[in-house]
Amino acid sequence: MTGDTVEAVSCTQLAYAFGETRAVDGLDLSVREGEVFGLLGPNGAGKTTAIRCITTLLPVPSGMVRVFGHDTARDRMAVRRLLGYVPQQLSADSGLTGRENVALFARVFDVARRERAARVAQALAAVGLTDAADRLAGTYSGGMVRRLELAQALVSAPRLLILDEPTIGLDPIARTGVWEHINAVRAATGMTVLVTTHYMDEADQYCDRVALMARGRIHSLGTPAELRQGLGERRRAAGTGATDTLPTLEDVFRDVAGSGLDDQSGDFRDVRSTRRTAKRVG
Amino acid sequence: MSEAPAAPPSASADRAGLPGGAASLLVRPPQPRAGWRLLPARVAAMCAVELQKLRHDRTELYTRAVQPALWLLIFGQTFTRIRAIPTGGIPYIDYLAPGIIAQSAMFIAIFYGIQIIWERDAGILNKLLVTPTPRSALITGKAFAAGLKSLVQAVVVIVIAAILGVALTWNPLKLLGVAVAVVLAAAFFSCLSMTIAGIVLSRDRLMGFGQAITMPLFFGSNALYPVSVMPGWLQAVSKVNPLSYQVDALRGLLLGTPAHLATDFAVLVVAALLGIAAASSLLGRLAR
Ligand SMILES: Nc1ncnc2c1ncn2[C@@H]1O[C@H](COP(=O)(O)OP(=O)(O)OP(=O)(O)O)[C@@H](O)[C@H]1O
Ligand SMILES: [Mg+2]
Repeated sequence: MTGDTVEAVSCTQLAYAFGETRAVDGLDLSVREGEVFGLLGPNGAGKTTAIRCITTLLPVPSGMVRVFGHDTARDRMAVRRLLGYVPQQLSADSGLTGRENVALFARVFDVARRERAARVAQALAAVGLTDAADRLAGTYSGGMVRRLELAQALVSAPRLLILDEPTIGLDPIARTGVWEHINAVRAATGMTVLVTTHYMDEADQYCDRVALMARGRIHSLGTPAELRQGLGERRRAAGTGATDTLPTLEDVFRDVAGSGLDDQSGDFRDVRSTRRTAKRVG
Repeated sequence: MSEAPAAPPSASADRAGLPGGAASLLVRPPQPRAGWRLLPARVAAMCAVELQKLRHDRTELYTRAVQPALWLLIFGQTFTRIRAIPTGGIPYIDYLAPGIIAQSAMFIAIFYGIQIIWERDAGILNKLLVTPTPRSALITGKAFAAGLKSLVQAVVVIVIAAILGVALTWNPLKLLGVAVAVVLAAAFFSCLSMTIAGIVLSRDRLMGFGQAITMPLFFGSNALYPVSVMPGWLQAVSKVNPLSYQVDALRGLLLGTPAHLATDFAVLVVAALLGIAAASSLLGRLAR
């Protein structure tokens, strides 16, 4: 914890293994307050696992992860109070209405009773779900569930919003919509956003900085423009690839992910859960 | 997609979403509750969810009323005629009613392990675990939600029993005691099944376990017959079975039969606390 500038997230040599699988393996990460930070990388790179460590869902030794200076191992409740979390999997309680789903999160974040209804209504309005608020979430489309989850995360005015593939399975308009909602809230609150996505155009457009992860650690880090330029310069130096056109972020992704990682990307579980999500969304 | 749509009838007046830029509550984090007020608040939150779900879908309430009604109607009336079971001078259907109340409450509570695995699979549990809710508070909340649902069920069975002519007490203080016993026992049984959920981790295995334990718990208790007519080994089972203590308390309170209320409530409180402790300590396994 440094005195003047407290980082929103800092991971030092973060490691987490599921049995033999070293899902996160020496991750160093620092997210600055107020920025939109994109965590990119191929299936199975360890993005979700890293996020689950940061959100206190997976236990890690103290000293590895800090959120606004609070150690996730020692000071769990303080960390959780600062977080809004939208997991990779679509998850709203289908037996409750949209409003009740959001109200539950208002309650467990100790929103005072007198402002609860108004706050819940504002969170729903912020994601454009006012009209559907009193329908059961089980009747929502995938895009609506995602927006509902965003409302659940926003109702507690988090300082750090963590989104694990928030736009998976959404149509282009809904994707833009989700990002508009996020940016509107950011403009008002200065909240920090940590996001993973497989859409490189999205990362390029909305992230202030991105990190490319593979095999549990970070391989490149910088603004999208820096990463694109970096690859362009390397290509020019090596005389490979199309040297006349500037590489896209997708080229950077392929450059990191394609270097001998193909056989180990995404095991069955990932594919299955992605498919499940896709099915619920589609 | 984000423009404020035409006002729906029930929404509050201050509906300005953030895109509008109006003074918004969403920029201020809520004031954290002081330590000791956290637990009651989480219990209230879980109970509110339970009531909301019951309001949206009452079919479970009705379908779950069928079985106890059949027990009372068929088993109760038949054995009242046969007079095979020593009940201490009261009609068998009266004797049976508290046992069936306890049974139907237990069946509901045992379902909570399956529900928490469903919530894990649906990603809901993970999201709740990232809120300022200690694991023990989450489990306590669920336990009391199970208690609340069991209580609603108990009311239904009590009404059925009253319709069938069982002579129950209407003393409000005694009924309050009944409610407390039902809630405590449901807390224990829901925690028992959430504990098993934390061990077996999958819905299918838990279903097997649920079936394997509910019937022995039921038959190994004084719900259907007094402990005195059981073989020795079954008496031993009944002695460590919280269901027996619940039934004893319910019988004493509802029918006025001799009961050991102090012991009964002490056992139920301790069982509920142990259950909460066990289920809380295993909840982390479900989150991984
Ligand atoms: N609960 C689990 N049990 C066992 N292994 C797991 C578990 N969760 C993840 N893994 C493994 O850890 C590795 C990293 O997975 P993780 O889900 O973090 O990747 P990811 O970068 O989020 O991938 P995706 O883009 O597909 O979401 C993978 O090899 C995966 O198989
Ligand atoms: Mg992932």
